[in-house]
Formats: sequence, C-alpha cells, structure tokens
Amino acid sequence: MTTHAKLRLAAVAAALVALVAASGTALAQKKYDTGASDTEIKIGNIMPYSGPASAYGVIGKTEEAYFKKINAEGGINGRKINFVSYDDAYSPPKAVEQVRKLVESDEVLAVFNPLGTPSNTAIQKYLNSKKTPQLFVATGATKWNDPKNFPWTMGWQPSYQSEAQIYAKYVLKEKPDAKIAVFYQNDDFGKDYLKGLKDGLGAKASMIIIEESYETAEPSIDSHIVKLKASGADVLVNISTPKFAAQSIKKMSEIDWKPMHLLTNVSASVGSVIKPAGFENAQGIISAAYAKDGADPQWDNDPGMKKFFAFLEKYFPEGNKIDGSVVYGYGVAQTLVKVLQMCGDDLTRANVMKQAASLRDFEPDTLLPGVKINTSATDFAPISQLQLMRFKGEKWELFGDIMSGDVTN
Amino acid sequence: MSAAAEDAVTEAPAVEAVPKRAMTLGTGTSLAILAVLLIVPLFVKNFVAFQMTMVMIYGIAVLALNILTGGSGQFSLGQSAFYALGAYTSAVLMEIANVNYALTLPIAGLVSFGAGYLFGKPALRLSGIYLALATFALAVAMPQFLKLHFLEHWTGGVQGLVVIKPDAPFGLPISQDKWLYYFTLAITLAIYVGSVNLLRSRSGRAFMSIRDNEIAASAMGVDVAKYKTLAFGVSAGITGIAGGLSAIVVAFVAPDSYTINLAIALFLGMVVGGVGWLPGSFVGAAFIIYVPNIAESINKGLSGAVFGVLLFIVIFLVPHGARQVAIVAQQLIGKLRK
Amino acid sequence: MELFINQILAGVSTGAIYACMALAVVMIYQAIDHLNFAQGEMAMFSTFISWQLMQWGVPYWWAFLITIAVSFAGGIAIERLLFKPLAKAPVLTNVAGFIALFAIVNSVAGLIWDFTIKQYPTPFGSGPFLGSQLISTHQAGMIGVTLLMLVGLYLFFQFTRIGLAMRAAAALPESARLVGINTSWMIALGWGMASAIGAVAGILIAPVVFLEPNMMGGVLVYGFAAAVLGGLTSPLGAVVGGFLMGIFENLAGTYIPAVGNELKLPIALALIIIVLVFKPAGLFGRAIIKRV
Repeated sequence: MTTHAKLRLAAVAAALVALVAASGTALAQKKYDTGASDTEIKIGNIMPYSGPASAYGVIGKTEEAYFKKINAEGGINGRKINFVSYDDAYSPPKAVEQVRKLVESDEVLAVFNPLGTPSNTAIQKYLNSKKTPQLFVATGATKWNDPKNFPWTMGWQPSYQSEAQIYAKYVLKEKPDAKIAVFYQNDDFGKDYLKGLKDGLGAKASMIIIEESYETAEPSIDSHIVKLKASGADVLVNISTPKFAAQSIKKMSEIDWKPMHLLTNVSASVGSVIKPAGFENAQGIISAAYAKDGADPQWDNDPGMKKFFAFLEKYFPEGNKIDGSVVYGYGVAQTLVKVLQMCGDDLTRANVMKQAASLRDFEPDTLLPGVKINTSATDFAPISQLQLMRFKGEKWELFGDIMSGDVTN
Repeated sequence: MSAAAEDAVTEAPAVEAVPKRAMTLGTGTSLAILAVLLIVPLFVKNFVAFQMTMVMIYGIAVLALNILTGGSGQFSLGQSAFYALGAYTSAVLMEIANVNYALTLPIAGLVSFGAGYLFGKPALRLSGIYLALATFALAVAMPQFLKLHFLEHWTGGVQGLVVIKPDAPFGLPISQDKWLYYFTLAITLAIYVGSVNLLRSRSGRAFMSIRDNEIAASAMGVDVAKYKTLAFGVSAGITGIAGGLSAIVVAFVAPDSYTINLAIALFLGMVVGGVGWLPGSFVGAAFIIYVPNIAESINKGLSGAVFGVLLFIVIFLVPHGARQVAIVAQQLIGKLRK
Repeated sequence: MELFINQILAGVSTGAIYACMALAVVMIYQAIDHLNFAQGEMAMFSTFISWQLMQWGVPYWWAFLITIAVSFAGGIAIERLLFKPLAKAPVLTNVAGFIALFAIVNSVAGLIWDFTIKQYPTPFGSGPFLGSQLISTHQAGMIGVTLLMLVGLYLFFQFTRIGLAMRAAAALPESARLVGINTSWMIALGWGMASAIGAVAGILIAPVVFLEPNMMGGVLVYGFAAAVLGGLTSPLGAVVGGFLMGIFENLAGTYIPAVGNELKLPIALALIIIVLVFKPAGLFGRAIIKRV
C-alpha cells in the first residue's frame, strides 16, 4: 500500500472510530425521572415507627443504615442514595398522606419496602396511577404478585400462602389422617395463611377440625391453647406473631400438649421467640425458612452473615442481630441496591421496574444457600423458595429440598 | 368498706362551662378565615389540598365530640366507632350499590345518628368514668365487627374496601383533590353553622344545663333523657358524615383505620382546641395531623415521646386549649383598640 | 363439662393478671378520682428496670425491692413534676396529660430495650399447681401475691391514719384540708403507691406474657374494666372483678357460636356495662349520691 493510501485508510479508520464513539455516547445518555439525578437517587419509604406495629420500625432503621454504608462505599454508579422514610403508625389514612407527601412533595423516584398490608392496599391504586414503583413491599400477602393489573407493585418475601401450601403438602405426606388445629392472628396475615393452608390441602381441607383466631390486643393467648388441646387435634398449624408464638410454645409445654407443631416463619427466630419460650419446650417444631437466622451459631462463619455482622458493628450498632426484622431489612435493602445498580444511567421509573423484573439468581448475603431471587415480567414474586427445618437442641436443622411455593394471585 | 354504704358528694362539673358569647369567633375573624380557606387551595399543590381536606374532616369529627362533651357534658371515647360506621356506609354504598358519593353522606349521617341515639339510651344511666368505659367498649368493638367473617362479603373483612375517588362534576378543569377540598369545605361550613345554631337554640341551652348540673336541670323541667340521647345522636351523625367524607377522600376503608387510637386522637384534638369552643375543633384537628409529623421530623425513633412532650408543653401553656389563646388575643386586640 | 371447667380454670389464671392490674387502677382512682391511662406503661417500665438490674447481675429479690422503691419514688416524681401544675386545669386536660405520658413512656422503653420479647424469671417455678396443668405454680403464686396486696391495702385504708387521710382527701378535698390534711401530698403518695403496685403487677405478669414495651396495653384495658366492674372504690371488688372478667371472656369465647371468639373483649365489656346499668357503682362499690 502506498503511504498516501495508508494515510487515507488511517483517516477513515479514525473517523469511523470517532463516529462509533460518538454514537456510543449518544446511546449511553443518562435518563432521569423525578428523584434521580447525577448525584443522588431519592428513595421513599413508610414504616410504622409508632403505634401498634412499632416493633417493625427497626426495618426502616436498618435500611437507612445500610444505605449509609453504600453511600460511604461510593454510592451506586457514583450517586448517593437519599432515603426518605416516614411514619404511618400502621394507619391506612396516614399511609396515604405520607406516600402522597413522598411522591408529590419530596418527589422520590420510587417507594421502597412500605410495610403492612392495610397501608399497602391503601396506596396501591394511587402509586400505580402515578406510575411510581411500589417496590419490594414489606408484607407477605399474596396479592402483590399481580403484574397484569398492578404493573408497578412488587413483593419480596415469600408469600404467606406459598409457605402455608408447603406446610399443607408436608402434613398430607407425613400424616395423611391428621386432625389439624389452626391457631391464627385475626388479621390479613393470619387469614392469608389460612387460605393458603386450605388451598394446599385441597379436597382434604376437612382435615382442619378447629380454627381458632386471636387478637393482638389480648395480653395472653393461653386460654386459646387450652381450647385447642381440648379439640383432640394432633397437628397444630401456628400462625402467630413472635410474642404470641412464644406464649403458645410455653403454654403447650405447661399443659403437656405435644402435637405435630408447624410454626410460621415469621415467628421462627431463635433469639426472639424460641429462646424466651424455652429451648426444651420447642423440640421438634417444624417451620420453613428463606433467610439465615442471626442468632443461629451455624451461620457464624458464613461469608454472607459475616458481612452482615460487620455492617451491624460499623453502621448499626444498636441493631440486634437476633432480631429477624434487622436481617430482613438488610436483605431487602441489598436487593434494591442491586436493582439500582442494574439501572445504570437509565434511572427512569419504568426502567427501575424493568430491572426489578429481570433479577436472575440473585443471592443477597442473608438468604439461605440455594434460595435465589428470580423475577420476570409475569413473576413479581422475587423470593418463592423455602426450606423446611426442624428445631433440635438449640437450633434449627434444615432438611429436605428447597421447595418452591409459587402462588399467583 | 366502711359502715356507711353510701357517700354523699358535691362535685364540680366534670366539664367546665363556656360562656355562650365566647362559643364562636367574631364575624370579622370568621370572614377573614373563610376568605383564606377559599383562595389558598388554588395556589398550592394537590397534596397540600389533600392535607387541608383531612384537617377539615377531622375538624368535623372533633366538632361533633365538642357538641357531645363540651355541649352536653357527656364524655365519649367512642367517636371512632361512629366515624367507622359512616365511612363504611359510604364505601359500601359506593362500591356495592353504586350510589353517587355525595348521596352517601346524608345516609352515612343518618345511620350514625341512629346508632348514636340507640347507644345513648342505655348510656343514660352512666356518667363520668363509667360512660368512658362504655364508649371505650364501643370503640374497641367496632373494628372487631368490621372484621367479622360473615360480614366479609360486604365489608371486605380485614382487607378493607378500595373506593374509587370521584372526579370533579360537569367536567370542571379542577383536580380531584381540589374538587374534594371545596366539596368538604361546603359541608364543613354547613355543619359548623348548623352546630353553632344548635348550641344557641333551646336544645343547646338544654344540653348546657345538663352539662353544668344534671340534677338541677332535671328539677327545672328539662327532659334530661331526651336531650342526652339527642346529643349522642347528633354528635354521632356528624361524626358519621366526617367518616363518609374520609372514605371518599382517602379512597380506602379498613378496620385498621378506625381503631381506638383514632378515638384518642379526636379526644386530644378536642382538648387542645378547647373543650366546648367550636372553632377550636379545627385547631385541634390541625394539631393531631401536623404535630405527629413534626415529632417525627425531630426524632424518628422517639417520635411517640416527642409527641407526648409537645402535648405536655401545649397543655402546660394553655390548659384550656386554643380557646385560651383566642381569649388572650381578643383581650390584646381590645387593648390595642383603646 | 371438662371443657367448661378447663375454661373456668384458664379464666382464673388470666383473671389473676387482670386482678393485679385492677388493684393498681383502684389505687390510683382512690388517690386522684381519675384513671391514669399511663398506669400500664409505668408498670411496664418498672418491670424493665427490674429486668435490667437482673441482667446486670442483681439477684431477683434485691431487684424486686429496688424496683419497688424506684417505682414509688418515680410515681411521686411524675406527679409532682407533671401533674401538680395541672391540678387547677380541667379534668379533660389532665386526661390528655395521661395520654401524653403513655406515649412518652412507651416510646422511651422501645428505644432503650427494643421490641424483641424478653424472658422474665419467676420465683414460683412453672410446674403444674396441685397437679393441675391448667394453673401453674407461678399463676398460683400470682394469685397469692395479689391477695396479699389486697389484704395489705385493706388494712392500710381501714386502719392507718395515712390511709384514712388519703380517702378523705380523695372524697372531700376541701373538708380534708380544713382538718389539716395536706391533700396535695396525699395525691403524690397515691401516685407513688399506685406506681409501686403497678410494678408488682408487671413483675408478676411478665413471666406469663413475656416482657416487651407493648406488654401492658391490653392488660390495662382489662384491668380498668375489671376495676369498674368490681367498683372503683373497692380493692376487693377489683380483684373479684379481675377473675370474673377472665372467666366471662373465656366462656364467651368458647360457648357463643360464630362470633364468640372474635368478639371476646366487646362481649365481656358489654356484660360489664349491663352490670353497671343495674349497679352503677359496680359490684362492691359504694353508691354515690350527688347533691345539687
């Protein structure tokens, strides 16, 4: 090739490179919706920091601390997370007010992990009409997995019904002629579980011989346990929150009632429920898990949990590692960070939902080995896997396979 | 425990009397406030209009409590039950019977009036702390009723009912929130004017005589039973209308929205506004909506404690509520005029 | 029949919880003629103090005594600092003060000790009592201590000068002042005693219901209702009322079909109201005659 030709070739090549580079920049242009900018991503949240459900307020505090950690480590693609969290006191009208404030006054990009089925039901229509993500809601109600009708709403934890169905299958397999007693909290949580249990038993739902509900305002549920024992049931499905679960375990041991005991995951925490109730009283209880228990020594050297413990020490020392809510807050916050990272420079609300619906085998630090987050355009239930476990000695022993309990609305 | 089986007691009235002239604001002040209420929403965000609407709705509920307690001296911790009744009546009529939202309000009011009147009858024999317990029982029972599983088909059970928010009528170019604001404002004014007239009327005087000294009133020929139950009925009816409005504005009803915490909040609203002083109802309503937000912004972890502290500060400074502030202001203005 | 007896026994054991609290309610009512809504929260806070002392290694009975003393002093302090200034304010303003105190105590306890439940020890053991599995030795101990407190209170009010002075100050303040009783300090004393009794109640209740900041919310309601049922002027009534409430509630929950279980508390309260309509001062209370 002559020098002249080489020069021309080089010029054309340079021009081509420049052209590609230029169009590449055009393709990688930044896109923002309200709440996102070059320097920050504004995320909104509502939590019951006061009122009857204030025990769950610690989830919001954990998330706030986690985002502080992410910001200290450089943020997400160079942007800091601005976490705005308001108290709704577990009251739906207040939830509506606070969410409207987040969207219309604070102008957040997305509403993340709002807690409580009543509050979320109250804000669902509004957020969908405003095309604002209602992302990773903090409730296990099954109805959040409905992308066709509510494309902006997505759950996170395994739905109550899917967990209940796993228990139903277990009973059908292990004790097909059982007489089942169900003890449940008289609210959306308890009733959703009960439905899942009945659906899981299908034609054999008549195995349930007594359904006993209780109210959270009751100081002690001991008398319910007495009534359940008197029913003659030999299987108990216990759908109660931590305090009442502990009371029931203790009372069952006092009155010497030892049915096959299936306990909801919500109350399976070793430190918050089993230990106060008494390890000796809890032998043989069956439950299911999707996350690791901070109080369980078997995870002390687990790499994911070690990161969690390090986080607590540095950024959230007042957080109690045995509190399941703290472990929960860490896991869901980590999931949001993953989604936002996947968004890159396209921080529109639509893209946030798109990336949230494209999670493939994502494993936060705190989930059980083998439990992975998967979403798709038709599957808005990120975690639908659980593993059964039995309480032995002073900890839970996982057994069986990881089971999938996908239940669509 | 002692030899005598009975005690004779001369009590001061539990609820203090408010002079009739001081029951409301002066005409000038009223008109000024009305002008502000009419104009401000046009210039603010929809969300602010929504908040102001909620203040008015709670204000109506506190006003109803003021008529009952400040007017007739009957203590009630159960207003949340009538509020819930009105809210659910509206919601069920709108969602299941497709009734126009505006028409549901008088029905909600009537249903609550009936419930209040029926409750007032057995409550006649109770007073003071015993009446407090009875009304408290009512407030606690209401969410339980709403959750009853054989009513689930109508009430939506624990999941509640989502209500479709109405648009402005005749295609007016105004947002849903602002339309509902003016709608609520009109109703609030009607109720306020009606209540002031009620308390100035013969019935109102009967209420107040019962409040100040029931036995003396009865001795003077006031039909105590009739007026006490009437007071309960009217108060419940107005609270029911407030509840119906809240169902429309929040667009959602659930048992968790109407717990005893609401009854306690309304009570606090009445005390902060000044018991028996009708305009104070709205000051009290603003307190119960905005002060928790302020408390939260001061310290999220201790928001309950901060709220308690703020409440204490208010009741230390003005034990008689906003009415005291208004009286002081009135005196200052009087002095300035001279 | 067995279920019936079981439910009665179970009702007696939950009733013991209510009876305990009801005593504290009657105590404060005797002193100030009102119900302090924050009574339950103060009891909860005292129980947490005793728990914290035990966490720091203090033995049970020392923690118990120290807590009683601290609660007594704390009750007096709260009255002097927060409610004496409100003495001239209207009644309803005082009630608002109680509500504010409730919010403060509950929130602070949640912040200091968080909301996870804590096990609380009992000096009475948890085995079956007299062979019955339905009443544990702890619950029997609870009933025993409640009855002891009841007797103590009765003796205090009937036979000591201070007890008499307190009753006088609550019933007829002006006349009491005329005979030289310092009514203001009687109120403070009443608060202190109510606070101490509440602490005992909390310490007895915590082993059964587990210690956490929202432990006493429900208990206070039941205690209040029980006290009203028994008659707000009668400690004996409060205790009887507590047991009756526990039994009422259980039987309603067990035997009223369909709605009994979901409407346990409202039904129990309705029954109390019916009793009040016939006996306005409660079962054992003294009827009050009002004069114009």
